[in-house]
Order: sequence, then C-alpha cells, then structure tokens
Amino acid sequence: MLSVSNLHATVGETEILKGLSIDVPAGEVHAIMGPNGAGKSTLSYVLTGRPGYEVTSGTVTLDGEDLLPMAPNERAAKGLFLSFQYPLEIPGVPALTFIRTALNAQLKARGEPEIAAPAFLRLARAKAAELKIDFEMLKRALNVGFSGGEKKRMEIFQMAMLSPRFLILDETDSGLDIDALRIVSDGVNALRSPERAMLVITHYQRLLDYIKPDRVHVLAGGRIVASGGPELALELERDGYDKYARAA
Amino acid sequence: MAAVKQTVEHVASLEKYKHGFVTDIEQDFAPKGLNADIVRFISAKKNEPQWMLDWRLDAFERWLAMDEPDWAKVSFPRIDYQDSHYYAAPKEKVGINSLDEVDPDILETYKKLGIPLREQEVLAGVIGSPRYAVDAVFDSVSVVTTFKKELAQVGVIFCSMSEAIREHPELVKQYLGSVVPVSDNYFACLNAAVFSDGSFVYVPPGVRCPMELSTYFRINAENSGQFERTLIIADRQAYVSYLEGCTAPMRDENQLHAAVVELVTMDDAEIKYSTVQNWYPGDPETGKGGIYNFVTKRADCRGDRSKVSWTQVETGSSITWKYPSCILRGEGSSGEFYSIAITNGRQQADTGTKMIHLGANTRSRIISKGISAGKSSNTYRGLVSAHPKAKGARNFTQCDSLLIGKHCAAHTVPYIEARNGHSKFEHEATTTRLSEDQLFYAMQRGLSQEEAVQLLVNGFVKEVLQELPMEFAVEAQKLVAISLEGSVG
Repeated sequence: MLSVSNLHATVGETEILKGLSIDVPAGEVHAIMGPNGAGKSTLSYVLTGRPGYEVTSGTVTLDGEDLLPMAPNERAAKGLFLSFQYPLEIPGVPALTFIRTALNAQLKARGEPEIAAPAFLRLARAKAAELKIDFEMLKRALNVGFSGGEKKRMEIFQMAMLSPRFLILDETDSGLDIDALRIVSDGVNALRSPERAMLVITHYQRLLDYIKPDRVHVLAGGRIVASGGPELALELERDGYDKYARAA
Repeated sequence: MAAVKQTVEHVASLEKYKHGFVTDIEQDFAPKGLNADIVRFISAKKNEPQWMLDWRLDAFERWLAMDEPDWAKVSFPRIDYQDSHYYAAPKEKVGINSLDEVDPDILETYKKLGIPLREQEVLAGVIGSPRYAVDAVFDSVSVVTTFKKELAQVGVIFCSMSEAIREHPELVKQYLGSVVPVSDNYFACLNAAVFSDGSFVYVPPGVRCPMELSTYFRINAENSGQFERTLIIADRQAYVSYLEGCTAPMRDENQLHAAVVELVTMDDAEIKYSTVQNWYPGDPETGKGGIYNFVTKRADCRGDRSKVSWTQVETGSSITWKYPSCILRGEGSSGEFYSIAITNGRQQADTGTKMIHLGANTRSRIISKGISAGKSSNTYRGLVSAHPKAKGARNFTQCDSLLIGKHCAAHTVPYIEARNGHSKFEHEATTTRLSEDQLFYAMQRGLSQEEAVQLLVNGFVKEVLQELPMEFAVEAQKLVAISLEGSVG
C-alpha cells in the first residue's frame, strides 16, 4: 500500500528526514515511535504534502502511484488522511459544512457523484453517535472553543466521515483522558479493514494498548533505526529511546 | 508561505471584473466643467421648480468656499473638478411611460447585469421567492422603476428623485437635506449642487412595504461623475428593506461617484438598508482607473424606538470614503452597521460608521469585517458617541481584519466619546492573517486551495452576510469569492 523509500526532506535549510524507508501493506497498522525532534511530525507533513517541507530525494507511492507531485488535496482524494497533532480552528465555518465541503471535493476529484444533504446528515448522526459526539457541537464553528480532547475526537469524526484508505495519526493520544482515549481508539479500530492501512505516530506505548500495531518502527535522527513486533513498543517503554538516539 | 503566495499571484493575474463592459449609446452630456450655469442646466434638464434650483445654487455657492477633506487614510492625485461632465443621460428619455419605450441597449445592459426590469420576469420566478422592485439609474437618470402601481396600492411611494421633486414636492421639501445638511461636508455639498438622480421612498404610517425595494446604479458614460441622491422615509410603525447595487465599465481614468443617502425613521419605524458595491476597482497592477466612491450616508432615527440597520458589502471602487451613520435621536432607538470591506490590487478603503447617541436608552451595534489582499489598504474608522442626555446608551463594536499576503495593510481607528456616566460601550478588535496552517488543514481534507480560501473567507464574513436579504446574500458571497480569488466563474 504505502511505500516510502530512502526519503530525504528539508525544512528551510535543515535536513530532517535522512533516508527514511518504510512499507505499510494494506490491512496493517504500523506504529512509529521516537524521541522528540526525531522527525515524526515532519514525516506526516511530508507524506501529506505540506508546503515548506521539501523532498530532496527518495520516493513515496500509494498503491504504486507517485504521491510526491500531487497537491495536498489531490493526495487527500487518493485516500490519504492525517489526524493532526494540533487541529486547526476554522472560525465561522460549522463543522458539518466543513466536512461536507471536503467530502464533496474528494468525491468530485474521484469522479464520483456528490453526497446529498439527507444522506450526509444520516451518516453524520450515526458516526457522531459512535464517537459520543453531541450532534449540536457539529453545528458550531469547527474546533473553535473546543477542548483538546474534543478536537481530537473531531479529527476521528472527520476521518470516519471521509473514510480514507490510508490513515496517519499524529500524536492522537496527547491531551486525551482515559475515557476519551478509549472512544477515539474504538473509532480508529472501527476503520481497520483489509483494504486500509494506518501509520500511528506516538510518543508513548499507552495508545498501542488500544490500537494494536502489527509492526513498530523506531524513528531517530531522520531514519528508521529499528523495526519489530508489538514487543518493541514495550521495550521502548521500559528502556527509553537512549540506545536508538545514540545509534542514530 | 508558498500557498498564500500562489493565492496572491493568482488573484493578481485574474481578469476578475465582470461588469466592465460599455454600453454604446447616444447620450446627452452637459458641457465639461462646473459653474452656476451647469447647475442651472441640470435643473432645467430635470424640469425642476424654482425652489429646487435655488437650493442647488445655494449649495454650489457654499461648495466654492469649502476645501476637499484630507484626513482619510487614502491618497490620490488632486481631482480636477472642471474636467468632468456633471450630467450624462441616454437620449430620448423624456417621459417614458412603459418599458417598451426604453432604449433596448439599456435594457440589454441591465439584462447582462442580471437585474430584472420586467415585472413579469420577476413574477415568473420560483413560487414563493421574494420579489423586489427595481429603480434603474443609468448615469444621471432613472430609466425605469418597476412595481410602482402595486406599491402605490398600499400607499408606498417608490420613484426616482427627479419624479419626487415634481410629484411630491411637499415631502421632498420637508425631508431633503434634513439629515445630511447642504454643507455637511465637501462631497455632500457638491452633490447638493449637481445631484442627478436616485431613489425616493416614502412608506406611510403602519405600512410594512410588501416587497424589497432596490436601486441599481450604473455608470456608463466616459469622463462623467455620478451624483445620486436617495431619500427614504419610514413613517410611524412603517418598515422597508432597501438594497442598492452598483457597477461601472473598466476605464483608465478615474470617475467620481459622490452620493448622498438620507434615511428618516419616525416612531417605531424600521429601515433596513443594504449595499452591494462593485464599482470598477481600477487596474490591480498599476492602480490606473476605477471609481472614487466618496459617499455620505446617514440615518436620522427621529422617532422613539425606531431602528435603522446598514449592511454593506464593499468590494469595488479604487477609493472608498464612506461612513454610513445613525443619529439615534428618538428614545430607545437603535442603529446597526454590518460591513464587509474587501480591498485588493491597489484599492484603498477608509470606511466605517458613526453612531451618535442623543436619546436615552439608545442602542447600537457595529460589526465590521475588513479583508485586505494585494497591495491594498483597508481602514476602519468609526465614531461612537453618547451625549449628556443619552443615559443608558449602549454600544457593541467588533472590528476584525483579515490580511491575505504580505503587501497589504489594515488599520482600525475607533473614536469613542461618552459624555455621561450611564453609558456602556464595548469595543473588540482583531487582526489576523489568513493562516498557512488553516489552508493546509483544509487542503489535507480535500479542498483545493481556492476552495479553502473561499471557505475560510466566508467563515470570516459570515456574521455580516447573514444580515443581507437572502437572495442578495448568495450574490454577495459569490462576489466576495470573485473579488478575492476568482474561483467562481
């Protein structure tokens, strides 16, 4: 599904990713863990095409299709979704309006018919109920005045509504209490399927108790320095990143 | 800042002004220049009574003694007032009785602009959709006013100002210049001397005007100015909603539009006045051409509990100098000002409002949304004052500015004066830049850059758009998008 090979990327003059390679096959969930400043968020931005993050060499493909020449919205239409570490506030634009505009833009880009208002609202009600989101909140301006936890829940709600094929979760557990973490994780797990894949970026092992990864990678110094099964996350939790940070 | 830069470049490269065409038509002009004879010429063209001519000549005398104001945050070369025509009208326009007699080229012009002048066209619309009556002003004259008969049945007078002077002199004499005095300011005084046409509305006591009224101003002639004069009176417990729209051809020289609008509300009356201003803004690169929009708009809330609400969407003009204001004279009267002012290219806008609280327990509310892009400058200038008798006066002001790109400017200049100890004024102001982060966030969800800018800007101006009558809100929303990034059309 997603294949990243020998990726180098700079922000301004600084090289952050220095030859990163990773393969995430369809149906799998991979976790990326690593110390602060290792390049975790940079990876998520480079994959989604954020301006200012320049790829100097390497390749990124989704189902064999080269993502790098595509604009962020084109990548989104291909099914790439990023749950932001710090979701943005969009004043004056109700959450439902925002999501419906986004969904229709994606459908249009894929040459599919737009979703009609009643069908959209039915879907929104169902997904909101699953994520225990008060439907009234969806009529308010997106993320404006929402708590950290509410914003994260809203990210997962958008994800459920847009139904992407490849999901990137950037520090989705930060700012969540245990109850919210469980709701969010249930939402993410509901999207696991043989056709989808996920990249879960996290600092702590805690999230991986809820979203069980197939593989765990350690990102340090702009490269994947170790890969293993779920037990690797437990080892990191116990021993810290020191060993890997030095190796990088 | 790559995405914003692209947006800015994209904006600059657009041929966005869609109303820039010229109607080729034979016209009557006054000779270029301005003197007492020109004033007499205009008055004679309109078959005005002597009292009106005297009023104009008096205004002209006063104007000669005045100086052009220079306090606004706008700059432009000195205007040569002798280098312009002060009257331009399509030929053969005397005493038109039906639409069939109107020059087909003019009808075609309004059709192109999407303004329904045939009543049946309006009626043929969707069942239940709101209807609105139109007064169409072409350069210096009103060419047609629709639905006059139907309005007359409920006692509403809706006609051109020229007609009102002839047909309803008692009302005109009573109210003209009673809100904006002849020598109020330089441009208002000039208007009083040479005003051409505009709309006149009188809504009698207890009548709720059955449809939206609107005036559509079109400048067509070259080297001419437009000096319209509008007067709206809502008598006791009357209500009227009025909308004006404006466009002009693209020309290299600047054209002056110096209008005066006066509103009067008596006890428990309400006027809702909306403007969608889309004069030609000038060349976005060189700043050449465009309309100088120097306008005086004021409402006198004379009656107790009366109400006036100004809503404006200002997207055009090379320079805008305009402060729709409310004099809150009646006890418990209230004024509202909702504004979206967009500047792009080399446009300059200095606009805002004045809320003068004279009566007790008067209330006012100001919501101003300024958007600057390109190399433009956008200033909000507002005055809120409470006089000693205005005990219990309340005002809430919110001024938000949005910057797009690095070469534009936004300024906020509020004046607040409370001359009694029982008033409550609140002022909130924010300035934000259209953020790269927000754009990326929206694009990650699937929106193109243009759609993202449009969505964010619409979110920014939403509070004001929702004040517009429904059918115009949709138009205005499109206009906002076109002015900023041309994704529509």
